[in-house]
Amino acid sequence: MPRPTPSQTVGPFYGYALPFTDGARPAPPGHPDAITLHGVVRDGAGQPIPDALLEFWQAAPDGSLDGHPGSLRRDPVTGGFLGRDGVRFTGFARVPTDADGHWRVHTLRPPASAPYLSVCVFARGLMHHLYTRAYLAEPAADALLDALPARRRATLVARDEGAGVHRFDIHLQGEKETVFLDFAR
Amino acid sequence: MSPASLPSQRTGAAAPNPGPAGPGATPPTPPTQQDISAEIAAAHARAAAAVAAGAAPPDHPPRDFAPYRSSVLRHPRQSLVSVGDPEAAELRGPVFGVTDVTETDADLTRQHLGEPLGERITVSGRVTDRAGRPVRGQLVEIWQANASGRYAHQRDQHPAPLDPHFTGVGRCLTDDLGRYRFTTIKPGAYPWRNHDNAWRPAHIHFSLFGTAFTQRLVTQMYFPGDPLFPYDPILQSVTDQAARERLVAAYDHALSVPEWSLGYRWDIVLDGPAATLPDPEEGS
Repeated sequence: MPRPTPSQTVGPFYGYALPFTDGARPAPPGHPDAITLHGVVRDGAGQPIPDALLEFWQAAPDGSLDGHPGSLRRDPVTGGFLGRDGVRFTGFARVPTDADGHWRVHTLRPPASAPYLSVCVFARGLMHHLYTRAYLAEPAADALLDALPARRRATLVARDEGAGVHRFDIHLQGEKETVFLDFAR
Repeated sequence: MSPASLPSQRTGAAAPNPGPAGPGATPPTPPTQQDISAEIAAAHARAAAAVAAGAAPPDHPPRDFAPYRSSVLRHPRQSLVSVGDPEAAELRGPVFGVTDVTETDADLTRQHLGEPLGERITVSGRVTDRAGRPVRGQLVEIWQANASGRYAHQRDQHPAPLDPHFTGVGRCLTDDLGRYRFTTIKPGAYPWRNHDNAWRPAHIHFSLFGTAFTQRLVTQMYFPGDPLFPYDPILQSVTDQAARERLVAAYDHALSVPEWSLGYRWDIVLDGPAATLPDPEEGS
């Protein structure tokens, strides 16, 4: 068996390479069921992290995990980004944090049976990305959530702010440290 | 000019966080290379002792690696929580296609009106999963400094020239054998502010997707024989020497193009379970 290639930090200078037009907008414009998920990424001193990069992967509203190409849809004339096609749901989002550590994605609600977005966190100073989940609702039974003590469980559940807006802060370290996940097996 | 007086914001070492008190606290003056090298040696010795006591050699760097100062407040202290759900969304992942790349993306020397300065190189290799299966049709993204060691990024203000003919961003999709190929220029080494007289060895940043989101990888490729390797806390954060060597490309004369470019080969193995495939132990 080949051994895995080690991870290395994304560093501070990914900003002209990885973000793309509509990266934060998997939801087709004007879609009646679109929701907004947003929050702040903080370090162990509670300071916002201005150079984190978040990626999101999720099921389509019908539960499909097939995804679709086109997240980075390109203009063959200029080589630039065209933005998403407004029709097909790719299930993928990528968003850098702002100078105040804040981020947001506009997406479609995942199915009630698995009401979460998978989140992958990259940052300067983080050697190896971290996975977490943003649950938009608390399912009746969920093996992951149900195995956690209440205080830790709460870090995975987004707060409903009404009007389709959900708040999900990420704490890399400290009292409010987010639960991060391992899928090694 | 001392590094502290450089306008560069390479590490954000001047960030407001004072760091934790006690041993390992950020001192008021930047640590010396000697300080950092001693910390690296101590971390490697601890890792080697763990392996000698029976632990598997780690493939990845620990997230808590204080010689790289920015890691101190940016890693979780709690253990990761294991997810064993075979229906987990993370066992599938985003897909990309012909809509997501253009033909010139893989040639970083042809993205402007003129030719960039520097040593033209070809970087190519295969992307496989940890069972050795090729990762087909997936997105590979790269970014890098120019030949002078300067990034086309506003926060990189160190005194090396920008190149109007080089941005340093590339993309391609792997082919049916999992292969990728880029034409670019060899990036330069550059200073940063982790400690006094800190220099990063030349490297190309890589971002890779597998068949499952669990296989996501962001890493850095280095060039063989770089004298800066032992001084760099980012490369040395990989405590196992064999694992560190997997981050270094090989010069490959067969990949060199006569009178055009020098070739480097770098194969990549994605960790984590692949999508909809049996456990590698059952599949072999």
